Amino acid sequence: MVKIAQISCGTEYSGIQKEIEKAAATFDAKIIIPEADLDYIDETYEKFGFNAASSGIRLMIARAMSIVEGKTDADAVFIATCFRCAEGALVRNEIRRFIQQNTNLPVVTYSFTERTKADELFIRMEALSTIVARKSLLAREKQEGLTMGIDSGSTTTKVVIMENNKIIGKAWLPTTDVIGSAEEGIKIALENTEYGLSDVEGIGITGYGRLTIGKHLNADLIQEELSVNSKGAVFLADHQKGEATVLDIGGMDNKVITINDGMPDNFTMGGICAGASGRFLEITARRLGVDISELGGLALRGNYKNAMLDSYCIVFGIQDLVTSLAAGSSKEDVAAAACFSVAEQVYEQQLQEIDVRAPVIQVGGTSLIEGLVEAVSTILGGIEVIVPKNSQHIGAVGAALLVSGLGARK
Amino acid sequence: MKIAIFPPNSLILADLVERKGHEPLVIMKEIQKKVTDPEIDSPPLNITEKEPIKGLKYAAIEVPSGVRGRMAIFGPLIDESNAAIIMEEAPFGFGCIGCARANELSMYFLRKKGIPTLELKYPTSREETIEVVNQINTFLDELEEKNG
Repeated sequence: MVKIAQISCGTEYSGIQKEIEKAAATFDAKIIIPEADLDYIDETYEKFGFNAASSGIRLMIARAMSIVEGKTDADAVFIATCFRCAEGALVRNEIRRFIQQNTNLPVVTYSFTERTKADELFIRMEALSTIVARKSLLAREKQEGLTMGIDSGSTTTKVVIMENNKIIGKAWLPTTDVIGSAEEGIKIALENTEYGLSDVEGIGITGYGRLTIGKHLNADLIQEELSVNSKGAVFLADHQKGEATVLDIGGMDNKVITINDGMPDNFTMGGICAGASGRFLEITARRLGVDISELGGLALRGNYKNAMLDSYCIVFGIQDLVTSLAAGSSKEDVAAAACFSVAEQVYEQQLQEIDVRAPVIQVGGTSLIEGLVEAVSTILGGIEVIVPKNSQHIGAVGAALLVSGLGARK
Repeated sequence: MKIAIFPPNSLILADLVERKGHEPLVIMKEIQKKVTDPEIDSPPLNITEKEPIKGLKYAAIEVPSGVRGRMAIFGPLIDESNAAIIMEEAPFGFGCIGCARANELSMYFLRKKGIPTLELKYPTSREETIEVVNQINTFLDELEEKNG
């Protein structure tokens, strides 16, 4: 059983401790609380050097030190503090860095509210449990043999065929029937290769439909998106070592994953309103009478300051767009403003919750919209944003890469 | 009289209050109620997501859930209190609820209530300790006797 050390402040008083334990137990992991007595708290707090006012936060520091000094036997670490607690957020990140710099333990962080349920923690606990149980698999940096990766997303299904570290076939199609779309994708991806499905040595599946497709195809690897997308992103961006942030602005939801040496350590997924999604850009393109693939280039030629678009709601957003066009704004300016509006809202709703680390690796279909990538960089103060080739296939590539570590398919 | 003490889980302060015939309002009793209440099941403290919502009476929605959860337990004790003893700068071993913001808010509410309040600094020497105990005893003696 995987032992996850919990370092937190406020989980009991927020009423979510049982949810954390439930989420861990679901993935065959057990929550343990590192020991720290009163003298040790004072000693470690001085050693660490962060003058925290809350004793709960000082206790967190002592617990982190207990792990680093080997006084606690743990396989992974879960760090959590209350959402909106400034001191908690500061120490959460510093402890995360401290543990990562001084141990090889996987760490996942989280900021919770009283509404946090086990379901929201599942993916984090699954990732932690996977990183521990499949450490050698996740350490894989090179794809070998002939493998296939499928990413069954909520909007699109992506299939990739890889051979000896290269993508040799790919497909990207809308998800309608989960199995049907996957089968169609496999057909398209194999079409221009000299292989058939029976030649494939390993099948890896990720995304919402992973369990259904995995069972159907008797897949060798069925894996949550957090670790798969992280591996896919660092592989495609050739950034296997060091820190990075993966940003995926999706059609329906957005994911931000922070990475250390190719391993995910924090994650936020959401999108309160459609105004902060790829869907808004799709509708903007339609209203401007251009194909979505042209919107990015159009935006690069415009100036977002010349059109006023900042609505959280897709309906009001389109209303703003119509008003801007009627007031004489150019298509280019409106396209730029639409991109800026989406980036700004992703920043306000999600990026602020996370410790963004350069470089940002932007992936998913929306990463092909150049104007959006530029807007993300501008909003993050000019941070380096990398869009790797095949960025829309990140999950499928990650799955094909990871499954190649499992050996030939029987 | 019902005496709110701060830190609200200080066994020493609670004992001093009890010895003088008053009732100390301590969070241990409140938490025990939650542990022994058969209807609620949320280990280890049996605090559920309802507490941070109850805590909205004391702190706004933008305040972290941990502060509101603490206030849901300590807030009603403040409401009930007829007098208060506040010990500042105490080490964790003396009593502590873990969160600096919850401490600030609790002390503010006690002061704002306008009830007789004794404010003390944690003693660091034998002489100071004797002086603090004397101050507490005098304060409690001057208050109306329990049921009296």
